[in-house]
Amino acid sequence: MKKLEPLAWVGPAVVLIAAVVIWPVVEMIRSSFLKISRFGVVQGPNGLANYEKLFAEKDFADIMVRSVIWVVAVVGLTVLISLALAQLFNQRFPGRKVARWALIAPWAASVLMTAIVFKWMLDPEVGVINLIRRDLGTFVHDVFGVDPRSLGLLSAMGGEAADQLGQASTAMPWLVFVAVFVSVPFTTYALLAGLATIPSEVYEAARMDGASRLRTYWSITLPLLRPALTVAALINVMNVFNSFPIIWAMTRGQPGYDTATSTIFMYILKNSDIGESAAMSVVNFGMVIVLTAIFLKVSRWKQEVA
Amino acid sequence: MAHTTQHAPQHTAQHAGHHAAPRTHRGMPRLKTTVTAAAAYLIGLFFLFPYLVMVLISLRPQDELRKAEWFPERWDLSAITGFWSGGLADNLVVSLQVAFGSTLLVLLVALPAAYYTSRHHFRGRTFFLLLVLITQMFQPTAMVVGIYREFYQFGLVDSIVALILVNGGFNLAFAVWILNAYFSSIPRELEEAAFIDGNGRLGALFRITLPLAMPGVITALIFTFIAAWNEFVVALTLATSPQNQPLPVALHSYMGQYSVDWQGLFAGSVIATIPVIILFALIERKVVGGLTAGSIK
Repeated sequence: MKKLEPLAWVGPAVVLIAAVVIWPVVEMIRSSFLKISRFGVVQGPNGLANYEKLFAEKDFADIMVRSVIWVVAVVGLTVLISLALAQLFNQRFPGRKVARWALIAPWAASVLMTAIVFKWMLDPEVGVINLIRRDLGTFVHDVFGVDPRSLGLLSAMGGEAADQLGQASTAMPWLVFVAVFVSVPFTTYALLAGLATIPSEVYEAARMDGASRLRTYWSITLPLLRPALTVAALINVMNVFNSFPIIWAMTRGQPGYDTATSTIFMYILKNSDIGESAAMSVVNFGMVIVLTAIFLKVSRWKQEVA
Repeated sequence: MAHTTQHAPQHTAQHAGHHAAPRTHRGMPRLKTTVTAAAAYLIGLFFLFPYLVMVLISLRPQDELRKAEWFPERWDLSAITGFWSGGLADNLVVSLQVAFGSTLLVLLVALPAAYYTSRHHFRGRTFFLLLVLITQMFQPTAMVVGIYREFYQFGLVDSIVALILVNGGFNLAFAVWILNAYFSSIPRELEEAAFIDGNGRLGALFRITLPLAMPGVITALIFTFIAAWNEFVVALTLATSPQNQPLPVALHSYMGQYSVDWQGLFAGSVIATIPVIILFALIERKVVGGLTAGSIK
């Protein structure tokens, strides 16, 4: 009886995880070796044909390269910006609580909703970002008497083309911008929590030794912040890799597949060939496994749990 | 028992935080504070901006939507007030069912598991916690094809039950993790004392331990609720008929129509977004600790 006790308490959780998280993984791998009709009917084994078809797609290589660049660019920018913001929001100033609270919004709100607002803000005619471009141009023209186009000011916001989501060269930077926008809040909060664990004595000692501000930050703050930074960065890598709603809502991976990442490609394939889509999922999942292994290693879970 | 201190750093952190920033003794600290505050407010405003725009559009009358102006000439509340009688109200109900259903499921499943693992060393405990930690890293997006295939075989595609199960399953990890930390921080002796005073085991659990762990329970519940409320990919895949779609999916398909009713779309977005931001502000401090799973020390 005593032996079965854990089963009663922990069993339901294990069953739920097995049914909803583990089973789909198995099903996904199995499907990637099956021939499945558009309507979901299994038509028999398919060997490696799904994978061969996937790797033979002419956009496949581009999409994989883009996925990697997407993750590196978004996470890199997110971390750099969050380091600066954490430093700022760690200072004492009146109204800090309110300012920090404002930072929460993109974290709490659905990423899809944020992406939809940005899509509207980038509307070629009435979008707010276009209004800013217009008003800034008028301002520069009226005050300084120069043609705003000569300053490169407008190109910094997407150039002359008004429809910035319509072409890959301007759409991609905006997609990265939105992804960074929704990732910075969590990262900043994680780094703030990390900063708060650094004892003030360390800083006092550094000051006594006459270390400069920059030197203190580089030799003391950053190394002590590393655990928080690593975990926050990894969680971001996972989120950004799996990020679907931003691209889906703003460009659907278009024009062509020019703004599609592997997740978007997987979803588009799902509507034409489930087997091939499953093969794409397995490739994606392989990367997730690698990332998880790194996460387990750096989070030192054994010390936590044992 | 390193995990007993898992959320404790958060508390001590609050005190340390005040001293953590290196202070300058050189001249005009006031100016520095003013500049810092101004920068922080501006950045705060920047991050609120899209949501302010969202509210602004929802109040803009239909005939002014294509005007390239910052503010509407007249304000129009009809999209928000009319929302409850419009078609999207049904989708709001679906969203509520999914979010409450998942939260209840997580509560029923995670609470006993987290409590038991914090109090007992049993065979398979380490395996269970590893399983939980791995699940926390997995997201439904990468395995949405597998999820679809599984529920297709069960004939559960296009059902609210499927959405509740998936959201519950994927948010279980966070709940177990944060609850486990809370239970571990409550001294066993308190429970023993209540037990000796004539309460049963369960009585002691419900009278002493659970009330003390309430902040953790509330955090886990709000977090699950928000995650299920915001979830998009699985719902987009599984909920095929319009009346079974949660609000985000319904709003998304709204956007795909030839002429987008932006006012109606943003009225829905405001209703789907603003309450969640406020809810999240309540638990923000505890969420960081839960998500980073005690690796920040």
